Amino acid sequence: MDLEYSEEEEEFRSRLREWLGKVLPGLPPKPDPTDWPGRRAYDLGWQRMLYDAGYAGLHWPVDAGGRGATPTQHLIYLEETERAGAPYVGANFVGLLHAGPTIAAEGTEEQRRRWLPPVLRGDEVWCQGFSEPDAGSDLAALRTRAVRDGDHYVVTGSKIWTSHAEVADWCELLVRTDPSAPKHRGISWLAMPMDAPGITVRPLRTLAGSTEFAEVFLDDVRIPVANRVGAENDGWRVTMVTLSFERGTAFVGEVVACRRTLGRLAARARENGRWDDAVLRRRLGRLSAEFTALWRLTQWNVSEAQATGGVPGTGGSVFKLRYSHARQELYDTAAEVLGPDALDLGEEWTADRLSSLSYTIAAGTSQIQQNIVAERVLGLPKGR
Amino acid sequence: MHFQLTDDQRALRAGVRQLLEGRFGRDALRAAVDGSERQGGPALDRELWRELGEAGFFALRLPEKEGGVGLGLPEAVLAFEEAGRVLLPGPLVATELAAATVPGAAAGTTVVTRAEGPLVAWLDAADVVLGDVAGARPVRSVDPLTPLHRVPFEPRPSPPADTAAHDPAGVLLTAAEQLGSAARSCELAVQHARQREQFGRPIGSFQAVKHLCAQMLVRTETARAAVYAAAVTGDPLEAAGARLLADEAAVRGARDCLQVCGGMGFTWESDVHLHLKRAWLRTELGPSAAASEEALAAAL
Repeated sequence: MDLEYSEEEEEFRSRLREWLGKVLPGLPPKPDPTDWPGRRAYDLGWQRMLYDAGYAGLHWPVDAGGRGATPTQHLIYLEETERAGAPYVGANFVGLLHAGPTIAAEGTEEQRRRWLPPVLRGDEVWCQGFSEPDAGSDLAALRTRAVRDGDHYVVTGSKIWTSHAEVADWCELLVRTDPSAPKHRGISWLAMPMDAPGITVRPLRTLAGSTEFAEVFLDDVRIPVANRVGAENDGWRVTMVTLSFERGTAFVGEVVACRRTLGRLAARARENGRWDDAVLRRRLGRLSAEFTALWRLTQWNVSEAQATGGVPGTGGSVFKLRYSHARQELYDTAAEVLGPDALDLGEEWTADRLSSLSYTIAAGTSQIQQNIVAERVLGLPKGR
Repeated sequence: MHFQLTDDQRALRAGVRQLLEGRFGRDALRAAVDGSERQGGPALDRELWRELGEAGFFALRLPEKEGGVGLGLPEAVLAFEEAGRVLLPGPLVATELAAATVPGAAAGTTVVTRAEGPLVAWLDAADVVLGDVAGARPVRSVDPLTPLHRVPFEPRPSPPADTAAHDPAGVLLTAAEQLGSAARSCELAVQHARQREQFGRPIGSFQAVKHLCAQMLVRTETARAAVYAAAVTGDPLEAAGARLLADEAAVRGARDCLQVCGGMGFTWESDVHLHLKRAWLRTELGPSAAASEEALAAAL
């Protein structure tokens, strides 16, 4: 049991740090959050820089065009890019963390050649069409229909919570191809070109006031059968490969950022006099213990993944349950530090507090995660 | 980085578990509780104490040239986690901490206790008492397996510097016992939830029960990462933080276990109350939670 990084890992870190120090000052200014084409260009530009420097698809397998980095190297990458203030994965999220790994694991050689290089090079953006208005936690209840017509599927239905839909080139789409089969067995995974006729994208405004998500309406959209990854009706299994990737390391950078935010909260409290409140001080102290523990839990999970050959374990659900709650606690405490200023949308932490409210819902609600932990880790019987 | 148990550490943990389950399993635990009831207080099992000494339980961190096992704090933490699982009684932490300085402590022939703030455990049974216990008076201990004395009130140390300077080993070994107890409470709750049937099915199939159990595991595993990491770094602040999480995991874990076990959990014959009472007691040893939180805040 050790927390020391090997010489090789430290060298990886220092090379990365050096590169970040060199390229970050030359980045173009960040686009306005409401400027979607600008955000796409910015995120893809960053991905291209990563590609040119050999950091694209770090955690992808080598035969998929990735670098085959170890989970620990990936952890170092996420830690260092966050520390250096590098751009987030942004519009490249689905391509790099969901769709890409799925195609790498389940796609044919031709599919891998077609879709993976543009993701790595920063040429194409993917979005995700999984959830539906009536299929959220119960994702397998999805009803978007795909009917075979020659060498095409004709798809009708609607998707929701789709990030970057306005600027995506492709959508990883879950559709029902066999309505008579048990719900998990009649689903297929399709790559849908977002410029196909019949697609309508409607932005969805969140309580934070932003339009991070969209609804996507599909009306007789024709998708080539060749765009199906995995066998027909095997899409649920194909998708689970994707989701376990999402829970693996998605929050590493955020934990680093939360620890830094905590330090800044303490500085602010010392400035504005709130530090004199022992209850608040103790709350900040406990949060410090909390986020240190979450960082250690991340290192634990990453080491476990490395030992088991890179398969994300059930530790992801445990982490997500604890982290999503801690993040909300952090920004509620920020509001206490700010006092009346917490109602000012001009304060940076006010927007973060609002967006933190989604953390116990997105990517599996805390209630669903608790079911997963209880059933798959603790072995409690399924029920309702 | 390899933040996972090594093969040697797994073997050590398995060895300690085997030793403790054989020597202080459930029957021995309940016999000790019954004995405590009959005699108006628990007796320290000196023979068991010597066996622990022979097995190296108190000497894990002692250098080999001093007759110890020559391992580190992580190994000691793993051993104490096992002690916490089976609710092994006695001033284990004080004796381990004295292994290098008090003759016989490492071998298990000398039992050492120490005053920790306003409380002293096992004062009458100990051979050596460290710290000031003048004026100590016995109290009726809530934990049937830990006799307690109250030392005349003095404010517990609270300046942040105190906690930072505190030897993290004592804090972490206590936290490790809490961790073992938390893990055991979770197992007891899950066992019960799988077997107990109401409304024609195991109560563990109900989400309300499932979620209690899941949160027990989440608290335990988060505390585990924190305690193990602090044992590796030996950083006093990290130890103080890990201890806060371990206390929470043990106390809340025992409370939730009691809830899952329902009426049976409220009975004397259930082991749940033994975990809860010991967990309460351990939170009162060493620096207070308030002092730890203040120290962590001061470092922000």
